[in-house]
Amino acid sequence: MAEHDTTVMEHDVHHEQGAWDGGTEPFKASYGKLMMWYFLLSDAFTFSGFLIAYGSLRFSSPTWPVPDFVFSTAPFGLHGAPLIFVTFMSFLLIISSVTMVRAVQEGHRENKRGVVFWMLLTVLGGIGFLGCQAWEWNNLIATEHMSVTRNPFGTHTEEGVYLGPDGKAGEEAVEPGKTYLLHKADLDPSLTDTEVIASFSGHGDDEGHASHAVNAYDKDYGFMYVDEGGFIHRKFVVKEGENPGEIMMEDYGPKAFGALFFGITGFHGFHVLSGVAFLLIILINAGSGVYAARKNGYEMVEKIGLYWHFVDLVWVFVFLAFYLL
Amino acid sequence: MAGHKTYEESIKDVYKGLALLGAVTLVEVFISLLGKGHIGIDVSDYKVVLWIIALALIGLSLYKAYFIIYEFMHMGYEVRGLAMSVLLPILLLVWALIAFFQEGNSWKERREDVKKREQVDPNATPAQESFLLPEDTYLLS
Repeated sequence: MAEHDTTVMEHDVHHEQGAWDGGTEPFKASYGKLMMWYFLLSDAFTFSGFLIAYGSLRFSSPTWPVPDFVFSTAPFGLHGAPLIFVTFMSFLLIISSVTMVRAVQEGHRENKRGVVFWMLLTVLGGIGFLGCQAWEWNNLIATEHMSVTRNPFGTHTEEGVYLGPDGKAGEEAVEPGKTYLLHKADLDPSLTDTEVIASFSGHGDDEGHASHAVNAYDKDYGFMYVDEGGFIHRKFVVKEGENPGEIMMEDYGPKAFGALFFGITGFHGFHVLSGVAFLLIILINAGSGVYAARKNGYEMVEKIGLYWHFVDLVWVFVFLAFYLL
Repeated sequence: MAGHKTYEESIKDVYKGLALLGAVTLVEVFISLLGKGHIGIDVSDYKVVLWIIALALIGLSLYKAYFIIYEFMHMGYEVRGLAMSVLLPILLLVWALIAFFQEGNSWKERREDVKKREQVDPNATPAQESFLLPEDTYLLS
Protein backbone atom coordinates (compact mmCIF):
# COMPACT_ATOMS: atom_id res chain seq x y z
CA MET A 1 0.00 0.00 0.00
CA ALA A 2 2.81 2.35 0.66
CA GLU A 3 4.62 2.23 -2.71
CA HIS A 4 2.43 4.67 -4.60
CA ASP A 5 1.00 6.69 -1.67
CA THR A 6 3.65 9.34 -1.66
CA THR A 7 3.09 10.23 -5.31
CA VAL A 8 -0.70 10.23 -5.29
CA MET A 9 -2.18 13.72 -5.07
CA GLU A 10 -4.90 14.31 -2.51
CA HIS A 11 -7.69 14.82 -5.07
CA ASP A 12 -6.74 11.68 -7.00
CA VAL A 13 -7.21 9.44 -4.01
CA HIS A 14 -10.90 8.78 -4.69
CA HIS A 15 -10.15 7.28 -8.10
CA GLU A 16 -7.84 4.73 -6.54
CA GLN A 17 -9.90 3.72 -3.52
CA GLY A 18 -12.52 5.00 -1.13
CA ALA A 19 -11.36 7.20 1.71
CA TRP A 20 -12.75 4.65 4.17
CA ASP A 21 -10.62 1.86 2.76
CA GLY A 22 -7.60 3.26 4.53
CA GLY A 23 -4.10 3.33 3.23
CA THR A 24 -3.97 7.06 2.57
CA GLU A 25 -2.44 9.50 4.99
CA PRO A 26 -4.48 12.65 5.63
CA PHE A 27 -2.31 15.75 5.18
CA LYS A 28 0.48 13.45 3.97
CA ALA A 29 1.59 12.97 7.56
CA SER A 30 1.72 9.71 9.45
CA TYR A 31 -0.88 9.01 12.13
CA GLY A 32 1.68 9.45 14.90
CA LYS A 33 2.95 12.81 13.69
CA LEU A 34 -0.55 14.14 13.06
CA MET A 35 -1.73 13.12 16.51
CA MET A 36 1.39 14.61 18.07
CA TRP A 37 0.47 17.92 16.43
CA TYR A 38 -3.08 17.77 17.78
CA PHE A 39 -1.83 16.81 21.24
CA LEU A 40 0.48 19.82 21.15
CA LEU A 41 -2.45 22.01 20.05
CA SER A 42 -4.46 20.90 23.08
CA ASP A 43 -1.45 21.37 25.34
CA ALA A 44 -1.02 24.86 23.90
CA PHE A 45 -4.57 25.66 25.01
CA THR A 46 -3.81 24.40 28.52
CA PHE A 47 -0.75 26.62 28.79
CA SER A 48 -2.63 29.55 27.24
CA GLY A 49 -5.34 29.12 29.87
CA PHE A 50 -2.74 29.35 32.63
CA LEU A 51 -0.90 32.30 31.09
CA ILE A 52 -4.12 34.21 30.40
CA ALA A 53 -5.15 33.61 34.03
CA TYR A 54 -1.78 35.06 35.03
CA GLY A 55 -2.36 38.07 32.77
CA SER A 56 -5.85 38.83 34.03
CA LEU A 57 -4.87 38.46 37.70
CA ARG A 58 -1.91 40.75 37.06
CA PHE A 59 -4.23 43.28 35.37
CA SER A 60 -6.59 43.06 38.35
CA SER A 61 -3.91 43.90 40.93
CA PRO A 62 -3.00 47.50 41.77
CA THR A 63 0.65 46.43 42.03
CA TRP A 64 2.69 43.48 40.82
CA PRO A 65 6.19 42.39 41.87
CA VAL A 66 8.77 43.75 39.43
CA PRO A 67 10.42 40.68 37.85
CA ASP A 68 13.90 42.12 37.62
CA PHE A 69 13.88 42.53 41.41
CA VAL A 70 12.31 39.15 42.15
CA PHE A 71 14.61 37.27 39.77
CA SER A 72 17.88 39.02 40.42
CA THR A 73 19.84 36.29 42.18
CA ALA A 74 22.01 33.65 40.56
CA PRO A 75 24.14 30.81 41.92
CA PHE A 76 27.60 31.40 43.42
CA GLY A 77 26.37 34.27 45.59
CA LEU A 78 25.54 36.57 42.71
CA HIS A 79 23.02 39.25 43.70
CA GLY A 80 21.61 42.22 41.84
CA ALA A 81 21.96 40.49 38.46
CA PRO A 82 18.49 40.99 36.99
CA LEU A 83 17.30 38.29 34.59
CA ILE A 84 20.83 36.98 33.97
CA PHE A 85 20.25 33.50 35.36
CA VAL A 86 16.93 33.04 33.58
CA THR A 87 18.48 34.20 30.29
CA PHE A 88 21.05 31.44 30.73
CA MET A 89 18.16 28.98 31.27
CA SER A 90 16.51 30.19 28.05
CA PHE A 91 19.72 29.61 26.15
CA LEU A 92 19.96 26.06 27.50
CA LEU A 93 16.51 25.32 26.07
CA ILE A 94 17.23 27.02 22.72
CA ILE A 95 20.50 25.09 22.34
CA SER A 96 18.84 21.79 23.24
CA SER A 97 16.17 22.57 20.62
CA VAL A 98 18.92 23.02 18.02
CA THR A 99 20.64 19.76 18.95
CA MET A 100 17.21 18.09 18.61
CA VAL A 101 16.90 19.41 15.04
CA ARG A 102 20.34 17.93 14.32
CA ALA A 103 19.22 14.55 15.74
CA VAL A 104 16.18 14.56 13.42
CA GLN A 105 18.40 15.42 10.44
CA GLU A 106 20.77 12.55 11.22
CA GLY A 107 17.70 10.33 11.52
CA HIS A 108 16.70 11.17 7.95
CA ARG A 109 20.14 9.99 6.85
CA GLU A 110 19.65 6.77 8.86
CA ASN A 111 22.81 7.66 10.79
CA LYS A 112 22.42 5.85 14.10
CA ARG A 113 25.54 7.25 15.77
CA GLY A 114 24.56 10.82 14.83
CA VAL A 115 21.05 10.40 16.24
CA VAL A 116 22.36 9.03 19.53
CA PHE A 117 25.03 11.74 19.86
CA TRP A 118 22.71 14.69 19.23
CA MET A 119 19.90 13.25 21.35
CA LEU A 120 22.35 12.81 24.19
CA LEU A 121 23.26 16.50 23.99
CA THR A 122 19.54 17.35 23.97
CA VAL A 123 18.98 15.30 27.12
CA LEU A 124 21.91 17.07 28.81
CA GLY A 125 20.38 20.46 27.90
CA GLY A 126 17.04 19.39 29.39
CA ILE A 127 18.66 18.13 32.59
CA GLY A 128 20.67 21.35 32.85
CA PHE A 129 17.48 23.39 32.55
CA LEU A 130 15.78 21.32 35.26
CA GLY A 131 18.80 21.77 37.52
CA CYS A 132 18.66 25.54 37.07
CA GLN A 133 14.94 25.55 37.78
CA ALA A 134 15.49 23.49 40.93
CA TRP A 135 18.04 26.07 42.10
CA GLU A 136 15.65 28.94 41.31
CA TRP A 137 12.76 27.30 43.21
CA ASN A 138 15.00 26.45 46.14
CA ASN A 139 16.17 30.05 46.32
CA LEU A 140 12.61 31.37 46.23
CA ILE A 141 11.27 28.88 48.78
CA ALA A 142 14.14 28.41 51.23
CA THR A 143 15.90 31.80 51.07
CA GLU A 144 13.14 34.23 50.16
CA HIS A 145 10.25 32.32 51.82
CA MET A 146 7.80 32.59 48.95
CA SER A 147 5.09 29.93 48.87
CA VAL A 148 1.93 29.12 46.96
CA THR A 149 -0.13 31.12 49.45
CA ARG A 150 2.38 33.73 50.61
CA ASN A 151 4.14 36.34 48.53
CA PRO A 152 6.70 38.40 50.47
CA PHE A 153 7.45 40.49 47.36
CA GLY A 154 5.43 43.69 47.75
CA THR A 155 5.53 46.91 45.74
CA HIS A 156 5.33 50.46 47.04
CA THR A 157 2.57 52.77 45.82
CA GLU A 158 3.52 55.79 47.97
CA GLU A 159 6.45 58.11 48.08
CA GLY A 160 8.14 58.53 51.44
CA VAL A 161 11.04 57.60 53.71
CA TYR A 162 11.63 54.57 55.93
CA LEU A 163 11.72 54.96 59.69
CA GLY A 164 15.11 54.34 61.24
CA PRO A 165 15.56 52.07 64.30
CA ASP A 166 15.17 55.19 66.48
CA GLY A 167 11.59 55.53 65.23
CA LYS A 168 12.29 58.74 63.29
CA ALA A 169 12.30 59.24 59.54
CA GLY A 170 15.67 58.14 58.19
CA GLU A 171 17.59 58.60 54.96
CA GLU A 172 16.30 55.67 52.93
CA ALA A 173 13.66 56.68 50.38
CA VAL A 174 10.46 54.83 49.52
CA GLU A 175 9.76 55.06 45.79
CA PRO A 176 6.44 54.15 44.18
CA GLY A 177 6.72 51.18 41.86
CA LYS A 178 9.74 49.76 43.67
CA THR A 179 9.50 46.15 44.81
CA TYR A 180 10.75 45.06 48.24
CA LEU A 181 11.16 41.70 49.95
CA LEU A 182 9.82 41.07 53.44
CA HIS A 183 12.67 39.33 55.25
CA LYS A 184 12.03 36.65 57.80
CA ALA A 185 13.48 37.23 61.28
CA ASP A 186 14.89 34.49 63.48
CA LEU A 187 13.34 34.02 66.92
CA ASP A 188 15.65 34.44 69.94
CA PRO A 189 13.63 35.11 73.12
CA SER A 190 16.78 35.79 75.14
CA LEU A 191 17.36 39.14 73.39
CA THR A 192 16.24 42.39 75.00
CA ASP A 193 14.31 44.97 72.96
CA THR A 194 17.34 47.27 72.99
CA GLU A 195 19.56 44.54 71.55
CA VAL A 196 17.02 43.79 68.82
CA ILE A 197 16.74 47.44 67.81
CA ALA A 198 20.53 47.88 67.92
CA SER A 199 20.99 44.92 65.57
CA PHE A 200 18.82 46.67 62.98
CA SER A 201 20.88 49.83 62.97
CA GLY A 202 22.86 48.79 59.92
CA HIS A 203 19.75 47.54 58.14
CA GLY A 204 19.00 49.11 54.83
CA ASP A 205 19.97 47.00 51.86
CA ASP A 206 16.71 45.45 50.73
CA GLU A 207 18.39 43.09 48.33
CA GLY A 208 20.73 41.59 50.90
CA HIS A 209 19.90 38.37 52.65
CA ALA A 210 21.23 39.20 56.09
CA SER A 211 19.21 37.47 58.79
CA HIS A 212 17.98 39.30 61.84
CA ALA A 213 16.80 38.01 65.20
CA VAL A 214 13.87 39.33 67.25
CA ASN A 215 12.67 38.30 70.71
CA ALA A 216 9.02 37.74 69.81
CA TYR A 217 6.80 37.32 66.77
CA ASP A 218 3.58 39.32 66.31
CA LYS A 219 5.22 42.30 68.00
CA ASP A 220 5.46 45.98 67.14
CA TYR A 221 8.96 47.41 67.54
CA GLY A 222 7.98 50.97 66.68
CA PHE A 223 9.91 51.26 63.44
CA MET A 224 8.83 47.83 62.25
CA TYR A 225 6.26 45.16 62.89
CA VAL A 226 7.12 41.46 63.00
CA ASP A 227 4.08 39.36 62.14
CA GLU A 228 3.02 35.93 63.43
CA GLY A 229 5.10 34.23 60.74
CA GLY A 230 8.22 36.20 61.63
CA PHE A 231 8.18 38.46 58.58
CA ILE A 232 9.55 41.96 59.12
CA HIS A 233 7.25 44.75 57.92
CA ARG A 234 9.26 47.98 57.87
CA LYS A 235 7.38 51.22 58.49
CA PHE A 236 7.69 54.44 56.52
CA VAL A 237 6.35 57.99 56.51
CA VAL A 238 4.37 59.04 53.45
CA LYS A 239 5.70 62.27 51.91
CA GLU A 240 3.48 62.96 48.92
CA GLY A 241 -0.06 62.07 47.92
CA GLU A 242 -3.35 62.14 49.76
CA ASN A 243 -2.20 61.62 53.35
CA PRO A 244 1.25 63.14 53.86
CA GLY A 245 2.73 62.39 57.26
CA GLU A 246 0.85 59.13 57.66
CA ILE A 247 2.94 56.19 58.89
CA MET A 248 2.43 53.07 56.78
CA MET A 249 3.79 49.55 56.85
CA GLU A 250 5.21 47.30 54.14
CA ASP A 251 2.66 44.64 53.27
CA TYR A 252 2.68 41.34 51.42
CA GLY A 253 2.40 41.46 47.64
CA PRO A 254 -0.51 40.03 45.64
CA LYS A 255 -1.06 36.52 46.94
CA ALA A 256 -1.73 35.05 43.51
CA PHE A 257 1.88 35.64 42.42
CA GLY A 258 3.31 32.64 44.26
CA ALA A 259 0.62 30.22 43.13
CA LEU A 260 0.87 31.40 39.52
CA PHE A 261 4.67 31.27 39.48
CA PHE A 262 5.01 27.81 41.02
CA GLY A 263 1.99 26.49 39.13
CA ILE A 264 3.00 27.64 35.66
CA THR A 265 6.78 27.17 35.82
CA GLY A 266 6.13 23.87 37.60
CA PHE A 267 3.79 22.69 34.87
CA HIS A 268 6.38 23.66 32.26
CA GLY A 269 9.16 22.01 34.27
CA PHE A 270 7.09 18.83 34.47
CA HIS A 271 6.83 18.92 30.66
CA VAL A 272 10.62 19.22 30.47
CA LEU A 273 11.01 16.33 32.93
CA SER A 274 8.70 14.02 30.98
CA GLY A 275 10.39 15.19 27.77
CA VAL A 276 13.76 14.10 29.18
CA ALA A 277 12.26 10.73 30.15
CA PHE A 278 10.85 10.14 26.64
CA LEU A 279 14.04 11.38 25.00
CA LEU A 280 15.99 8.83 27.02
CA ILE A 281 13.64 5.99 26.05
CA ILE A 282 13.87 6.89 22.36
CA LEU A 283 17.62 7.43 22.66
CA ILE A 284 18.05 3.90 24.03
CA ASN A 285 15.76 2.47 21.33
CA ALA A 286 17.70 4.31 18.63
CA GLY A 287 21.01 3.13 20.05
CA SER A 288 19.86 -0.49 20.21
CA GLY A 289 18.91 -0.42 16.53
CA VAL A 290 15.10 -0.56 16.79
CA TYR A 291 14.60 2.31 14.34
CA ALA A 292 17.41 1.23 12.03
CA ALA A 293 15.49 -2.04 11.57
CA ARG A 294 12.27 -0.15 10.81
CA LYS A 295 13.97 1.98 8.13
CA ASN A 296 11.37 4.73 8.53
CA GLY A 297 13.74 7.64 8.93
CA TYR A 298 13.67 7.44 12.71
CA GLU A 299 10.10 8.73 12.86
CA MET A 300 9.96 8.37 16.64
CA VAL A 301 12.85 10.83 16.86
CA GLU A 302 10.84 13.28 14.77
CA LYS A 303 7.81 12.91 17.04
CA ILE A 304 9.72 13.46 20.28
CA GLY A 305 11.45 16.32 18.45
CA LEU A 306 8.08 18.00 17.88
CA TYR A 307 7.31 17.66 21.58
CA TRP A 308 10.71 18.99 22.61
CA HIS A 309 10.42 22.06 20.36
CA PHE A 310 6.98 22.68 21.85
CA VAL A 311 8.49 22.75 25.35
CA ASP A 312 10.95 25.39 24.06
CA LEU A 313 8.04 27.26 22.43
CA VAL A 314 6.07 27.39 25.67
CA TRP A 315 9.14 28.67 27.49
CA VAL A 316 9.24 31.63 25.04
CA PHE A 317 5.88 32.76 26.45
CA VAL A 318 6.57 31.84 30.08
CA PHE A 319 9.78 33.87 29.77
CA LEU A 320 7.81 36.77 28.27
CA ALA A 321 5.05 36.79 30.88
CA PHE A 322 7.04 36.15 34.06
CA TYR A 323 10.43 37.68 33.39
CA LEU A 324 10.45 40.16 30.53
CA LEU A 325 7.22 42.13 30.96
CA MET B 1 12.30 18.56 5.96
CA ALA B 2 12.99 20.61 2.89
CA GLY B 3 13.66 18.01 0.23
CA HIS B 4 15.49 20.37 -2.13
CA LYS B 5 18.25 21.28 0.30
CA THR B 6 21.51 19.39 0.55
CA TYR B 7 22.67 17.96 3.86
CA GLU B 8 25.33 20.65 4.27
CA GLU B 9 22.85 23.44 3.52
CA SER B 10 20.35 22.21 6.07
CA ILE B 11 23.05 21.94 8.75
CA LYS B 12 24.04 25.53 8.02
CA ASP B 13 20.38 26.59 8.34
CA VAL B 14 20.16 24.99 11.77
CA TYR B 15 23.09 27.00 13.14
CA LYS B 16 21.74 30.15 11.50
CA GLY B 17 18.51 29.44 13.39
CA LEU B 18 20.45 29.11 16.64
CA ALA B 19 22.20 32.45 16.05
CA LEU B 20 18.87 34.10 15.22
CA LEU B 21 17.01 32.80 18.28
CA GLY B 22 19.96 33.65 20.52
CA ALA B 23 20.21 37.17 19.13
CA VAL B 24 16.45 37.79 19.48
CA THR B 25 16.56 36.56 23.10
CA LEU B 26 19.47 38.87 23.93
CA VAL B 27 17.66 41.82 22.32
CA GLU B 28 14.55 40.97 24.38
CA VAL B 29 16.50 40.91 27.65
CA PHE B 30 18.27 44.14 26.69
CA ILE B 31 15.11 46.12 25.97
CA SER B 32 13.35 44.61 28.99
CA LEU B 33 16.16 45.86 31.26
CA LEU B 34 16.10 49.19 29.41
CA GLY B 35 12.41 49.54 30.28
CA LYS B 36 13.12 48.77 33.95
CA GLY B 37 15.80 51.46 34.11
CA HIS B 38 18.83 49.16 34.49
CA ILE B 39 20.49 50.27 31.27
CA GLY B 40 20.90 53.86 30.12
CA ILE B 41 18.40 56.53 31.12
CA ASP B 42 15.41 55.90 33.34
CA VAL B 43 12.39 55.74 31.05
CA SER B 44 9.92 54.61 33.72
CA ASP B 45 8.15 58.01 33.67
CA TYR B 46 7.35 57.81 29.95
CA LYS B 47 4.25 55.64 29.57
CA VAL B 48 4.54 55.68 25.77
CA VAL B 49 8.08 54.27 25.85
CA LEU B 50 6.98 51.53 28.24
CA TRP B 51 4.10 50.60 25.92
CA ILE B 52 6.43 50.47 22.92
CA ILE B 53 8.84 48.25 24.87
CA ALA B 54 6.02 45.90 25.94
CA LEU B 55 4.71 45.65 22.36
CA ALA B 56 8.23 45.07 21.02
CA LEU B 57 8.77 42.25 23.55
CA ILE B 58 5.48 40.61 22.57
CA GLY B 59 6.30 41.02 18.87
CA LEU B 60 9.77 39.48 19.24
CA SER B 61 8.36 36.55 21.25
CA LEU B 62 5.76 35.91 18.56
CA TYR B 63 8.53 35.98 15.96
CA LYS B 64 10.49 33.38 17.96
CA ALA B 65 7.35 31.25 18.19
CA TYR B 66 6.83 31.53 14.41
CA PHE B 67 10.43 30.55 13.76
CA ILE B 68 10.35 27.53 16.09
CA ILE B 69 7.07 26.26 14.60
CA TYR B 70 7.90 26.87 10.94
CA GLU B 71 11.59 25.91 10.85
CA PHE B 72 12.40 23.66 13.80
CA MET B 73 9.06 21.86 13.79
CA HIS B 74 8.95 21.91 9.97
CA MET B 75 5.42 23.29 9.82
CA GLY B 76 6.52 25.34 6.80
CA TYR B 77 7.13 22.10 4.87
CA GLU B 78 3.89 20.35 5.81
CA VAL B 79 0.70 20.28 3.74
CA ARG B 80 -1.25 23.53 4.06
CA GLY B 81 -4.29 21.76 5.50
CA LEU B 82 -2.23 20.37 8.38
CA ALA B 83 -0.77 23.78 9.18
CA MET B 84 -4.20 25.43 9.11
CA SER B 85 -5.89 22.74 11.21
CA VAL B 86 -3.30 23.33 13.93
CA LEU B 87 -2.83 27.09 13.66
CA LEU B 88 -6.35 28.41 13.03
CA PRO B 89 -7.81 27.13 16.35
CA ILE B 90 -5.11 29.22 18.08
CA LEU B 91 -7.02 32.30 16.87
CA LEU B 92 -9.68 31.49 19.50
CA LEU B 93 -7.15 32.78 22.00
CA VAL B 94 -7.48 36.30 20.60
CA TRP B 95 -10.97 36.43 22.04
CA ALA B 96 -9.84 34.87 25.32
CA LEU B 97 -7.12 37.50 25.67
CA ILE B 98 -9.51 40.40 25.06
CA ALA B 99 -12.22 39.01 27.33
CA PHE B 100 -10.10 37.99 30.31
CA PHE B 101 -7.80 41.03 30.31
CA GLN B 102 -10.87 43.25 30.18
CA GLU B 103 -12.27 41.27 33.10
CA GLY B 104 -9.07 41.71 35.11
CA ASN B 105 -9.02 45.42 34.43
CA SER B 106 -12.63 45.95 35.50
CA TRP B 107 -11.92 43.94 38.66
CA LYS B 108 -9.16 46.41 39.52
CA GLU B 109 -11.36 49.43 38.80
CA ARG B 110 -14.08 48.05 41.02
CA ARG B 111 -11.59 47.63 43.86
CA GLU B 112 -10.52 51.25 43.44
CA ASP B 113 -14.17 52.36 43.48
CA VAL B 114 -14.74 50.53 46.75
CA LYS B 115 -11.60 52.04 48.23
CA LYS B 116 -12.74 55.56 47.28
CA ARG B 117 -16.18 55.06 48.72
CA GLU B 118 -14.71 53.80 51.98
CA GLN B 119 -12.57 56.91 52.19
CA VAL B 120 -15.64 59.13 51.83
CA ASP B 121 -17.55 57.13 54.45
CA PRO B 122 -15.18 55.39 56.91
CA ASN B 123 -18.09 53.46 58.42
CA ALA B 124 -18.71 51.69 55.14
CA THR B 125 -21.67 49.39 55.27
CA PRO B 126 -21.25 45.66 54.77
CA ALA B 127 -22.96 46.05 51.42
CA GLN B 128 -19.83 47.65 50.01
CA GLU B 129 -17.53 45.10 51.57
CA SER B 130 -19.46 42.39 49.81
CA PHE B 131 -17.78 43.43 46.56
CA LEU B 132 -14.65 41.75 47.85
CA LEU B 133 -13.67 38.16 48.10
CA PRO B 134 -12.33 37.41 51.60
CA GLU B 135 -8.89 36.78 50.10
CA ASP B 136 -8.79 40.24 48.51
CA THR B 137 -9.08 42.39 51.57
CA TYR B 138 -5.30 42.72 51.90
CA LEU B 139 -5.30 44.75 48.72
CA LEU B 140 -7.34 47.46 50.40
CA SER B 141 -5.16 47.87 53.46
